[in-house]
Amino acid sequence: MNLGPHAVFIVASYAAAFVVVAGLIAWVYFDFRAQRRALGDLEAHGVTRRSSDIKEPA
Amino acid sequence: MMALRAILLRDMRIAVRIGGGALMGVLFFLVVVTLIPFAIGPDLALLKRIGPAILWLGALLASLLALDRLFAADHEDGSLDLILMGAAPLELTVAAKGFAHWITTGLPLVVAVPVLGLLLDLDPAAMGVVALTLLVGTPALTFIGLIGAALAVALRRGGLLLPVLVLPLTVPVLIFGVSAAEAAIVGPVPFGTPFTILCALTLASLVIGPFAAAATLRHGLD
Amino acid sequence: MALIDLANPTRFLGFAERAMPWLVAATVFAFAIGLEQALFVAPDDYQQGATVKIMFLHVPSAWLGMFGWGLMSIAALGTLVWRHPLADVAAKAAAPIGAAFTFLCLFTGSMWGRPMWGTYWVWDARLTSELVLLIMYLGVIALWRSVEDPGRAGRAAAVLTLVGAVDLPIIKFSVDWWNTLHQPASVFRLGGSTIDKSILVPLFAMAIAFTLLFVTLHVAAMRNEILRRRVRGMRMLQARAQEG
Repeated sequence: MNLGPHAVFIVASYAAAFVVVAGLIAWVYFDFRAQRRALGDLEAHGVTRRSSDIKEPA
Repeated sequence: MMALRAILLRDMRIAVRIGGGALMGVLFFLVVVTLIPFAIGPDLALLKRIGPAILWLGALLASLLALDRLFAADHEDGSLDLILMGAAPLELTVAAKGFAHWITTGLPLVVAVPVLGLLLDLDPAAMGVVALTLLVGTPALTFIGLIGAALAVALRRGGLLLPVLVLPLTVPVLIFGVSAAEAAIVGPVPFGTPFTILCALTLASLVIGPFAAAATLRHGLD
Repeated sequence: MALIDLANPTRFLGFAERAMPWLVAATVFAFAIGLEQALFVAPDDYQQGATVKIMFLHVPSAWLGMFGWGLMSIAALGTLVWRHPLADVAAKAAAPIGAAFTFLCLFTGSMWGRPMWGTYWVWDARLTSELVLLIMYLGVIALWRSVEDPGRAGRAAAVLTLVGAVDLPIIKFSVDWWNTLHQPASVFRLGGSTIDKSILVPLFAMAIAFTLLFVTLHVAAMRNEILRRRVRGMRMLQARAQEG
Protein backbone atom coordinates (compact mmCIF):
# COMPACT_ATOMS: atom_id res chain seq x y z
CA MET A 1 0.00 0.00 0.00
CA ASN A 2 1.73 3.14 -1.16
CA LEU A 3 0.67 6.00 1.07
CA GLY A 4 2.53 8.66 -0.84
CA PRO A 5 4.76 11.46 0.46
CA HIS A 6 2.54 12.28 3.45
CA ALA A 7 2.42 8.77 4.82
CA VAL A 8 3.45 9.82 8.35
CA PHE A 9 0.28 11.92 8.72
CA ILE A 10 -1.96 9.09 7.54
CA VAL A 11 -0.29 6.62 9.88
CA ALA A 12 -0.47 9.09 12.77
CA SER A 13 -4.18 9.58 12.19
CA TYR A 14 -4.99 5.87 12.16
CA ALA A 15 -2.72 5.29 15.16
CA ALA A 16 -4.49 8.06 17.08
CA ALA A 17 -7.87 6.58 16.17
CA PHE A 18 -6.71 3.20 17.43
CA VAL A 19 -5.45 4.67 20.71
CA VAL A 20 -8.65 6.65 21.30
CA VAL A 21 -10.91 3.70 20.55
CA ALA A 22 -8.78 1.33 22.64
CA GLY A 23 -8.85 3.87 25.46
CA LEU A 24 -12.65 4.09 25.37
CA ILE A 25 -12.99 0.31 25.34
CA ALA A 26 -10.55 0.01 28.24
CA TRP A 27 -12.43 2.66 30.23
CA VAL A 28 -15.76 0.90 29.76
CA TYR A 29 -14.29 -2.53 30.50
CA PHE A 30 -12.33 -1.67 33.64
CA ASP A 31 -15.15 0.45 35.03
CA PHE A 32 -17.50 -2.52 34.58
CA ARG A 33 -15.09 -4.78 36.44
CA ALA A 34 -14.72 -2.25 39.26
CA GLN A 35 -18.47 -1.82 39.71
CA ARG A 36 -19.07 -5.57 39.66
CA ARG A 37 -16.37 -6.08 42.26
CA ALA A 38 -17.83 -3.35 44.48
CA LEU A 39 -21.30 -4.86 44.19
CA GLY A 40 -19.88 -8.28 45.00
CA ASP A 41 -18.12 -6.95 48.12
CA LEU A 42 -21.24 -5.20 49.33
CA GLU A 43 -23.45 -8.21 48.76
CA ALA A 44 -20.92 -10.41 50.58
CA HIS A 45 -21.28 -8.13 53.58
CA GLY A 46 -24.98 -8.66 53.56
CA VAL A 47 -25.87 -5.22 52.30
CA THR A 48 -28.98 -5.16 50.16
CA ARG A 49 -30.68 -2.40 48.23
CA ARG A 50 -33.73 -2.27 50.47
CA SER A 51 -33.60 0.11 53.41
CA SER A 52 -36.18 -2.06 55.16
CA ASP A 53 -33.53 -4.75 55.41
CA ILE A 54 -31.28 -2.66 57.60
CA LYS A 55 -30.59 -4.93 60.50
CA GLU A 56 -30.86 -3.56 63.99
CA PRO A 57 -27.56 -3.67 65.92
CA ALA A 58 -27.25 -6.84 67.97
CA MET B 1 8.44 13.97 58.05
CA MET B 2 5.72 11.37 58.06
CA ALA B 3 3.16 14.07 58.80
CA LEU B 4 4.35 16.16 55.86
CA ARG B 5 4.20 13.21 53.52
CA ALA B 6 0.70 12.44 54.76
CA ILE B 7 -0.46 15.99 54.09
CA LEU B 8 1.12 15.93 50.65
CA LEU B 9 -0.58 12.68 49.65
CA ARG B 10 -3.90 13.69 51.17
CA ASP B 11 -4.00 16.97 49.28
CA MET B 12 -3.07 15.28 46.05
CA ARG B 13 -5.80 12.69 46.50
CA ILE B 14 -8.44 15.30 47.28
CA ALA B 15 -7.40 17.31 44.25
CA VAL B 16 -8.11 14.50 41.82
CA ARG B 17 -11.45 13.52 43.32
CA ILE B 18 -14.90 15.04 43.15
CA GLY B 19 -14.81 18.82 43.42
CA GLY B 20 -11.03 18.72 43.44
CA GLY B 21 -10.06 20.79 40.47
CA ALA B 22 -6.81 19.09 39.45
CA LEU B 23 -7.44 19.17 35.71
CA MET B 24 -9.68 22.22 35.82
CA GLY B 25 -6.57 24.36 35.69
CA VAL B 26 -5.59 22.86 32.36
CA LEU B 27 -9.11 23.28 31.02
CA PHE B 28 -9.09 26.94 32.04
CA PHE B 29 -5.67 27.33 30.40
CA LEU B 30 -7.19 25.96 27.19
CA VAL B 31 -10.16 28.32 27.48
CA VAL B 32 -7.96 31.39 27.92
CA VAL B 33 -5.75 30.44 24.97
CA THR B 34 -8.89 29.88 22.87
CA LEU B 35 -10.37 33.24 23.89
CA ILE B 36 -7.41 35.33 22.81
CA PRO B 37 -7.83 34.73 19.05
CA PHE B 38 -11.50 35.65 19.36
CA ALA B 39 -10.41 39.02 20.69
CA ILE B 40 -7.30 39.62 18.63
CA GLY B 41 -8.34 37.99 15.39
CA PRO B 42 -7.05 34.85 13.73
CA ASP B 43 -3.81 36.37 12.48
CA LEU B 44 -1.44 33.43 12.99
CA ALA B 45 1.71 35.48 12.52
CA LEU B 46 0.69 37.84 15.32
CA LEU B 47 -0.35 34.97 17.59
CA LYS B 48 2.99 33.26 16.99
CA ARG B 49 4.86 36.40 18.01
CA ILE B 50 2.94 36.93 21.25
CA GLY B 51 2.50 33.20 21.85
CA PRO B 52 4.89 32.93 24.83
CA ALA B 53 3.14 35.85 26.51
CA ILE B 54 -0.31 34.31 25.93
CA LEU B 55 0.83 31.01 27.38
CA TRP B 56 2.38 32.68 30.42
CA LEU B 57 -0.73 34.76 31.09
CA GLY B 58 -2.98 31.73 30.71
CA ALA B 59 -0.82 29.67 33.06
CA LEU B 60 -0.74 32.51 35.59
CA LEU B 61 -4.52 32.87 35.65
CA ALA B 62 -5.05 29.10 35.70
CA SER B 63 -2.64 28.69 38.63
CA LEU B 64 -4.64 31.13 40.67
CA LEU B 65 -7.90 29.26 40.17
CA ALA B 66 -7.55 26.37 42.55
CA LEU B 67 -5.75 28.43 45.16
CA ASP B 68 -8.70 29.96 46.95
CA ARG B 69 -9.95 26.54 48.01
CA LEU B 70 -6.54 25.55 49.28
CA PHE B 71 -7.11 26.57 52.89
CA ALA B 72 -10.80 27.40 52.76
CA ALA B 73 -11.82 23.77 52.23
CA ASP B 74 -9.76 22.68 55.23
CA HIS B 75 -11.14 25.54 57.28
CA GLU B 76 -14.72 24.51 56.55
CA ASP B 77 -14.38 20.92 57.66
CA GLY B 78 -12.18 21.69 60.64
CA SER B 79 -9.01 20.06 59.46
CA LEU B 80 -7.24 23.42 59.38
CA ASP B 81 -7.57 23.63 63.15
CA LEU B 82 -6.06 20.17 63.44
CA ILE B 83 -3.20 21.22 61.20
CA LEU B 84 -2.57 24.31 63.31
CA MET B 85 -2.48 22.23 66.47
CA GLY B 86 -0.26 19.57 64.98
CA ALA B 87 3.31 18.80 65.92
CA ALA B 88 4.85 19.56 62.54
CA PRO B 89 5.93 23.17 62.00
CA LEU B 90 3.15 25.06 60.29
CA GLU B 91 5.55 26.51 57.71
CA LEU B 92 6.51 23.04 56.51
CA THR B 93 2.90 21.87 56.46
CA VAL B 94 1.89 24.87 54.40
CA ALA B 95 4.81 24.20 52.08
CA ALA B 96 3.67 20.59 51.70
CA LYS B 97 0.18 21.78 50.72
CA GLY B 98 1.73 24.20 48.27
CA PHE B 99 3.82 21.44 46.76
CA ALA B 100 0.73 19.24 46.38
CA HIS B 101 -1.08 22.11 44.69
CA TRP B 102 1.80 22.62 42.26
CA ILE B 103 1.96 18.94 41.35
CA THR B 104 -1.77 18.68 40.69
CA THR B 105 -2.37 22.11 39.16
CA GLY B 106 0.91 23.69 38.04
CA LEU B 107 2.65 20.69 36.51
CA PRO B 108 -0.27 19.76 34.21
CA LEU B 109 -0.11 23.31 32.83
CA VAL B 110 3.50 22.74 31.83
CA VAL B 111 2.54 19.48 30.14
CA ALA B 112 -0.25 21.25 28.24
CA VAL B 113 2.13 23.81 26.70
CA PRO B 114 3.07 21.77 23.58
CA VAL B 115 -0.58 21.19 22.68
CA LEU B 116 -1.59 24.80 23.24
CA GLY B 117 1.56 26.00 21.49
CA LEU B 118 0.31 24.16 18.42
CA LEU B 119 -2.83 26.30 18.46
CA LEU B 120 -0.63 29.38 18.49
CA ASP B 121 1.65 28.14 15.72
CA LEU B 122 4.78 28.07 17.89
CA ASP B 123 7.89 26.20 16.76
CA PRO B 124 8.89 23.15 18.80
CA ALA B 125 11.92 25.04 20.12
CA ALA B 126 9.71 27.91 21.29
CA MET B 127 7.31 25.47 22.93
CA GLY B 128 10.20 23.83 24.75
CA VAL B 129 11.51 27.10 26.09
CA VAL B 130 8.10 28.29 27.26
CA ALA B 131 7.54 24.93 28.95
CA LEU B 132 10.92 25.21 30.70
CA THR B 133 10.28 28.73 31.97
CA LEU B 134 6.83 27.67 33.17
CA LEU B 135 8.31 24.61 34.87
CA VAL B 136 10.57 26.90 36.87
CA GLY B 137 8.03 29.69 37.27
CA THR B 138 4.82 27.87 38.25
CA PRO B 139 6.14 26.89 41.70
CA ALA B 140 6.71 30.59 42.33
CA LEU B 141 3.13 31.34 41.27
CA THR B 142 1.80 28.67 43.62
CA PHE B 143 3.94 29.63 46.59
CA ILE B 144 3.25 33.34 46.25
CA GLY B 145 -0.39 32.42 45.93
CA LEU B 146 -0.21 30.65 49.30
CA ILE B 147 -0.03 34.04 50.95
CA GLY B 148 -3.23 35.22 49.30
CA ALA B 149 -4.95 31.91 50.03
CA ALA B 150 -4.09 32.23 53.71
CA LEU B 151 -5.33 35.82 53.76
CA ALA B 152 -8.58 34.81 52.11
CA VAL B 153 -9.25 32.32 54.87
CA ALA B 154 -8.12 34.62 57.67
CA LEU B 155 -10.22 37.50 56.44
CA ARG B 156 -13.13 35.27 55.51
CA ARG B 157 -13.50 36.99 52.15
CA GLY B 158 -13.73 35.17 48.87
CA GLY B 159 -14.37 36.29 45.36
CA LEU B 160 -11.81 38.40 43.62
CA LEU B 161 -9.87 39.36 46.73
CA LEU B 162 -7.37 36.57 46.25
CA PRO B 163 -6.45 37.41 42.65
CA VAL B 164 -6.32 41.12 43.43
CA LEU B 165 -3.89 40.48 46.27
CA VAL B 166 -1.75 37.90 44.57
CA LEU B 167 -1.45 39.14 41.01
CA PRO B 168 0.72 42.20 41.77
CA LEU B 169 3.11 39.95 43.67
CA THR B 170 3.43 37.61 40.70
CA VAL B 171 4.31 40.37 38.23
CA PRO B 172 8.09 39.93 38.57
CA VAL B 173 7.73 36.21 37.88
CA LEU B 174 5.65 36.98 34.80
CA ILE B 175 8.10 39.57 33.52
CA PHE B 176 11.15 37.38 33.83
CA GLY B 177 9.35 34.25 32.65
CA VAL B 178 8.22 35.83 29.39
CA SER B 179 11.50 37.65 29.04
CA ALA B 180 13.46 34.42 29.36
CA ALA B 181 11.26 32.71 26.76
CA GLU B 182 11.57 35.65 24.36
CA ALA B 183 15.33 35.80 24.91
CA ALA B 184 15.70 32.19 23.83
CA ILE B 185 13.41 32.63 20.82
CA VAL B 186 14.46 35.97 19.37
CA GLY B 187 17.28 37.31 21.57
CA PRO B 188 19.23 39.61 21.81
CA VAL B 189 19.51 39.23 25.58
CA PRO B 190 21.15 35.91 26.43
CA PHE B 191 18.68 33.39 27.84
CA GLY B 192 20.67 32.89 31.03
CA THR B 193 20.18 36.39 32.38
CA PRO B 194 16.43 36.52 32.87
CA PHE B 195 16.31 32.77 33.48
CA THR B 196 18.61 32.86 36.51
CA ILE B 197 16.61 35.73 37.93
CA LEU B 198 13.48 33.64 37.42
CA CYS B 199 15.10 30.76 39.29
CA ALA B 200 16.07 33.14 42.10
CA LEU B 201 12.50 34.43 42.33
CA THR B 202 11.18 30.90 42.60
CA LEU B 203 13.67 29.91 45.28
CA ALA B 204 12.85 33.02 47.28
CA SER B 205 9.12 32.36 47.01
CA LEU B 206 9.60 28.79 48.23
CA VAL B 207 10.79 30.29 51.51
CA ILE B 208 8.82 33.51 51.84
CA GLY B 209 5.49 32.04 50.77
CA PRO B 210 5.16 29.40 53.49
CA PHE B 211 6.48 31.70 56.21
CA ALA B 212 4.10 34.51 55.32
CA ALA B 213 1.16 32.14 54.88
CA ALA B 214 1.85 30.39 58.17
CA ALA B 215 2.10 33.70 60.02
CA THR B 216 -1.19 34.81 58.47
CA LEU B 217 -2.94 31.62 59.48
CA ARG B 218 -1.61 31.73 63.00
CA HIS B 219 -2.53 35.31 63.71
CA GLY B 220 -5.51 35.66 61.46
CA LEU B 221 -7.48 32.74 62.78
CA ASP B 222 -7.49 33.74 66.42
CA MET C 1 -41.55 -5.32 25.36
CA ALA C 2 -42.06 -1.71 24.41
CA LEU C 3 -39.18 0.75 24.20
CA ILE C 4 -40.63 2.63 27.15
CA ASP C 5 -40.00 -0.41 29.36
CA LEU C 6 -36.31 0.31 29.01
CA ALA C 7 -36.91 3.25 31.31
CA ASN C 8 -36.65 0.90 34.22
CA PRO C 9 -32.98 0.58 35.18
CA THR C 10 -33.21 -3.11 35.98
CA ARG C 11 -34.88 -3.84 32.66
CA PHE C 12 -32.21 -1.78 30.94
CA LEU C 13 -29.51 -3.86 32.57
CA GLY C 14 -31.20 -6.97 31.25
CA PHE C 15 -31.45 -5.46 27.80
CA ALA C 16 -27.79 -4.41 27.90
CA GLU C 17 -26.72 -7.90 28.92
CA ARG C 18 -28.54 -9.46 25.98
CA ALA C 19 -27.69 -6.79 23.44
CA MET C 20 -23.97 -6.39 24.11
CA PRO C 21 -22.70 -9.49 22.29
CA TRP C 22 -24.72 -8.54 19.21
CA LEU C 23 -23.57 -4.94 19.29
CA VAL C 24 -19.94 -5.96 19.66
CA ALA C 25 -20.20 -8.44 16.82
CA ALA C 26 -21.91 -5.92 14.56
CA THR C 27 -19.29 -3.29 15.35
CA VAL C 28 -16.37 -5.60 14.62
CA PHE C 29 -17.97 -6.74 11.38
CA ALA C 30 -18.70 -3.15 10.30
CA PHE C 31 -15.11 -2.11 11.00
CA ALA C 32 -13.78 -5.05 9.05
CA ILE C 33 -15.71 -3.89 6.03
CA GLY C 34 -15.09 -0.20 6.64
CA LEU C 35 -11.34 -0.53 7.08
CA GLU C 36 -11.03 -2.77 4.07
CA GLN C 37 -12.89 -0.20 2.01
CA ALA C 38 -11.00 2.76 3.42
CA LEU C 39 -7.50 1.34 3.30
CA PHE C 40 -7.54 -0.92 0.25
CA VAL C 41 -10.47 -0.19 -2.00
CA ALA C 42 -10.68 3.59 -1.92
CA PRO C 43 -8.65 5.19 -4.69
CA ASP C 44 -6.22 8.03 -4.18
CA ASP C 45 -7.72 11.42 -4.75
CA TYR C 46 -6.32 13.19 -7.81
CA GLN C 47 -5.63 16.29 -5.74
CA GLN C 48 -4.88 14.98 -2.28
CA GLY C 49 -3.31 11.63 -2.96
CA ALA C 50 -3.49 9.03 -0.24
CA THR C 51 -4.19 11.61 2.49
CA VAL C 52 -7.86 11.38 1.54
CA LYS C 53 -7.75 8.25 3.71
CA ILE C 54 -7.57 10.52 6.73
CA MET C 55 -11.00 11.80 5.79
CA PHE C 56 -12.47 8.36 6.51
CA LEU C 57 -11.54 8.93 10.16
CA HIS C 58 -11.98 12.70 10.35
CA VAL C 59 -15.51 13.05 8.97
CA PRO C 60 -17.13 10.22 10.98
CA SER C 61 -15.44 11.54 14.15
CA ALA C 62 -16.86 14.98 13.47
CA TRP C 63 -20.35 13.56 12.91
CA LEU C 64 -20.20 11.47 16.06
CA GLY C 65 -18.89 14.35 18.16
CA MET C 66 -21.95 16.34 17.18
CA PHE C 67 -24.20 13.29 17.44
CA GLY C 68 -23.00 12.84 21.01
CA TRP C 69 -23.98 16.35 22.00
CA GLY C 70 -27.32 15.95 20.20
CA LEU C 71 -27.94 12.76 22.15
CA MET C 72 -27.02 14.53 25.37
CA SER C 73 -29.43 17.36 24.47
CA ILE C 74 -32.33 14.97 24.00
CA ALA C 75 -31.39 13.29 27.27
CA ALA C 76 -31.28 16.75 28.89
CA LEU C 77 -34.87 17.34 27.78
CA GLY C 78 -35.68 13.94 29.23
CA THR C 79 -34.24 15.00 32.57
CA LEU C 80 -35.72 18.48 32.75
CA VAL C 81 -39.08 18.06 31.03
CA TRP C 82 -40.14 14.44 31.44
CA ARG C 83 -38.09 13.41 34.49
CA HIS C 84 -37.17 10.20 32.72
CA PRO C 85 -35.25 8.01 35.17
CA LEU C 86 -32.52 6.98 32.74
CA ALA C 87 -32.11 10.34 31.02
CA ASP C 88 -29.22 11.61 33.06
CA VAL C 89 -27.57 8.19 33.00
CA ALA C 90 -27.64 8.40 29.21
CA ALA C 91 -26.27 11.94 29.26
CA LYS C 92 -23.42 11.21 31.65
CA ALA C 93 -22.41 8.08 29.75
CA ALA C 94 -22.38 9.87 26.39
CA ALA C 95 -20.13 12.76 27.40
CA PRO C 96 -16.69 11.07 27.48
CA ILE C 97 -17.44 9.18 24.27
CA GLY C 98 -18.50 12.33 22.42
CA ALA C 99 -15.50 14.20 23.78
CA ALA C 100 -13.14 11.47 22.57
CA PHE C 101 -14.57 11.62 19.05
CA THR C 102 -14.41 15.42 19.00
CA PHE C 103 -10.75 15.24 20.03
CA LEU C 104 -10.09 12.64 17.34
CA CYS C 105 -11.77 14.91 14.79
CA LEU C 106 -9.51 17.81 15.76
CA PHE C 107 -6.38 15.62 15.75
CA THR C 108 -7.04 13.94 12.40
CA GLY C 109 -8.06 17.30 10.99
CA SER C 110 -4.71 18.66 12.10
CA MET C 111 -2.93 15.71 10.47
CA TRP C 112 -4.88 16.37 7.27
CA GLY C 113 -4.32 20.10 7.37
CA ARG C 114 -0.54 19.97 7.66
CA PRO C 115 0.13 18.35 4.28
CA MET C 116 -2.85 20.03 2.59
CA TRP C 117 -2.75 23.61 3.87
CA GLY C 118 0.73 23.72 5.37
CA THR C 119 -0.42 24.34 8.93
CA TYR C 120 -1.47 22.18 11.88
CA TRP C 121 -4.05 24.69 12.98
CA VAL C 122 -5.83 27.78 11.81
CA TRP C 123 -8.38 29.85 13.65
CA ASP C 124 -11.14 29.59 11.12
CA ALA C 125 -14.84 29.31 11.93
CA ARG C 126 -15.28 25.56 11.63
CA LEU C 127 -12.11 24.50 13.48
CA THR C 128 -12.73 27.05 16.22
CA SER C 129 -16.35 26.04 16.76
CA GLU C 130 -15.27 22.39 16.90
CA LEU C 131 -12.62 23.29 19.49
CA VAL C 132 -15.31 25.14 21.45
CA LEU C 133 -17.39 21.94 21.31
CA LEU C 134 -14.47 20.01 22.83
CA ILE C 135 -14.09 22.60 25.58
CA MET C 136 -17.83 22.37 26.30
CA TYR C 137 -17.60 18.58 26.50
CA LEU C 138 -14.72 18.83 28.97
CA GLY C 139 -16.68 21.42 30.92
CA VAL C 140 -19.77 19.25 31.23
CA ILE C 141 -17.61 16.28 32.27
CA ALA C 142 -16.01 18.49 34.92
CA LEU C 143 -19.49 19.51 36.05
CA TRP C 144 -20.56 15.88 36.41
CA ARG C 145 -17.48 15.22 38.51
CA SER C 146 -17.88 18.24 40.75
CA VAL C 147 -21.29 17.52 42.27
CA GLU C 148 -21.58 14.45 44.45
CA ASP C 149 -25.31 13.84 44.20
CA PRO C 150 -26.10 12.35 40.76
CA GLY C 151 -29.56 13.90 40.59
CA ARG C 152 -28.35 17.45 41.18
CA ALA C 153 -25.39 16.96 38.88
CA GLY C 154 -27.75 15.68 36.20
CA ARG C 155 -30.00 18.70 36.30
CA ALA C 156 -27.10 21.15 36.22
CA ALA C 157 -25.49 19.29 33.33
CA ALA C 158 -28.81 19.19 31.47
CA VAL C 159 -29.12 22.97 31.49
CA LEU C 160 -25.53 23.43 30.37
CA THR C 161 -26.00 20.87 27.60
CA LEU C 162 -29.06 22.57 26.16
CA VAL C 163 -27.37 25.97 26.16
CA GLY C 164 -24.32 24.48 24.47
CA ALA C 165 -26.43 22.85 21.78
CA VAL C 166 -26.46 26.20 20.00
CA ASP C 167 -22.88 25.40 18.90
CA LEU C 168 -24.03 22.49 16.73
CA PRO C 169 -25.70 24.49 13.94
CA ILE C 170 -22.79 26.92 14.08
CA ILE C 171 -20.37 24.09 13.36
CA LYS C 172 -22.50 22.69 10.59
CA PHE C 173 -23.12 25.94 8.78
CA SER C 174 -19.88 27.75 9.64
CA VAL C 175 -18.30 26.77 6.37
CA ASP C 176 -21.20 28.36 4.52
CA TRP C 177 -21.62 31.48 6.61
CA TRP C 178 -17.99 32.50 6.76
CA ASN C 179 -15.13 32.35 4.27
CA THR C 180 -13.02 29.62 5.74
CA LEU C 181 -9.97 27.57 4.90
CA HIS C 182 -11.95 24.40 5.61
CA GLN C 183 -13.74 23.04 2.59
CA PRO C 184 -17.46 23.71 2.22
CA ALA C 185 -20.16 21.10 2.74
CA SER C 186 -19.79 18.30 0.28
CA VAL C 187 -21.68 15.33 1.72
CA PHE C 188 -24.93 16.47 3.21
CA ARG C 189 -26.12 19.35 1.14
CA LEU C 190 -29.14 20.32 -0.90
CA GLY C 191 -28.67 19.06 -4.41
CA GLY C 192 -26.85 15.92 -3.39
CA SER C 193 -23.29 15.12 -2.56
CA THR C 194 -20.42 16.41 -4.64
CA ILE C 195 -18.08 13.59 -3.71
CA ASP C 196 -17.43 10.75 -6.11
CA LYS C 197 -19.06 7.44 -5.22
CA SER C 198 -15.73 5.62 -4.96
CA ILE C 199 -14.89 7.84 -1.97
CA LEU C 200 -18.42 8.15 -0.63
CA VAL C 201 -18.91 4.40 -0.17
CA PRO C 202 -15.88 3.89 2.12
CA LEU C 203 -16.84 7.06 3.95
CA PHE C 204 -20.32 5.77 4.74
CA ALA C 205 -18.94 2.34 5.60
CA MET C 206 -16.62 3.86 8.19
CA ALA C 207 -19.40 6.15 9.42
CA ILE C 208 -21.66 3.17 10.05
CA ALA C 209 -18.84 1.32 11.81
CA PHE C 210 -18.06 4.28 14.06
CA THR C 211 -21.74 4.82 14.84
CA LEU C 212 -22.12 1.19 15.89
CA LEU C 213 -19.04 1.63 18.05
CA PHE C 214 -20.59 4.70 19.68
CA VAL C 215 -23.82 2.85 20.40
CA THR C 216 -21.98 -0.16 21.83
CA LEU C 217 -19.78 1.99 24.06
CA HIS C 218 -22.77 4.07 25.13
CA VAL C 219 -24.87 1.07 26.16
CA ALA C 220 -21.91 -0.35 28.08
CA ALA C 221 -21.23 2.99 29.77
CA MET C 222 -24.88 3.39 30.73
CA ARG C 223 -24.79 -0.07 32.27
CA ASN C 224 -21.68 0.90 34.27
CA GLU C 225 -23.33 4.12 35.45
CA ILE C 226 -26.44 2.27 36.65
CA LEU C 227 -24.23 -0.15 38.56
CA ARG C 228 -22.23 2.74 40.00
CA ARG C 229 -25.39 4.36 41.35
CA ARG C 230 -26.45 1.06 42.88
CA VAL C 231 -23.09 0.76 44.61
CA ARG C 232 -23.45 4.29 45.91
CA GLY C 233 -26.96 3.62 47.20
CA MET C 234 -25.89 0.42 48.91
CA ARG C 235 -22.86 2.11 50.49
CA MET C 236 -25.08 4.82 51.89
CA LEU C 237 -27.44 2.20 53.32
CA GLN C 238 -24.47 0.38 54.78
CA ALA C 239 -23.24 3.56 56.42
CA ARG C 240 -26.67 4.23 57.87
CA ALA C 241 -26.91 0.69 59.20
CA GLN C 242 -23.52 0.95 60.86
CA GLU C 243 -24.24 4.17 62.63
CA GLY C 244 -27.61 2.91 63.88
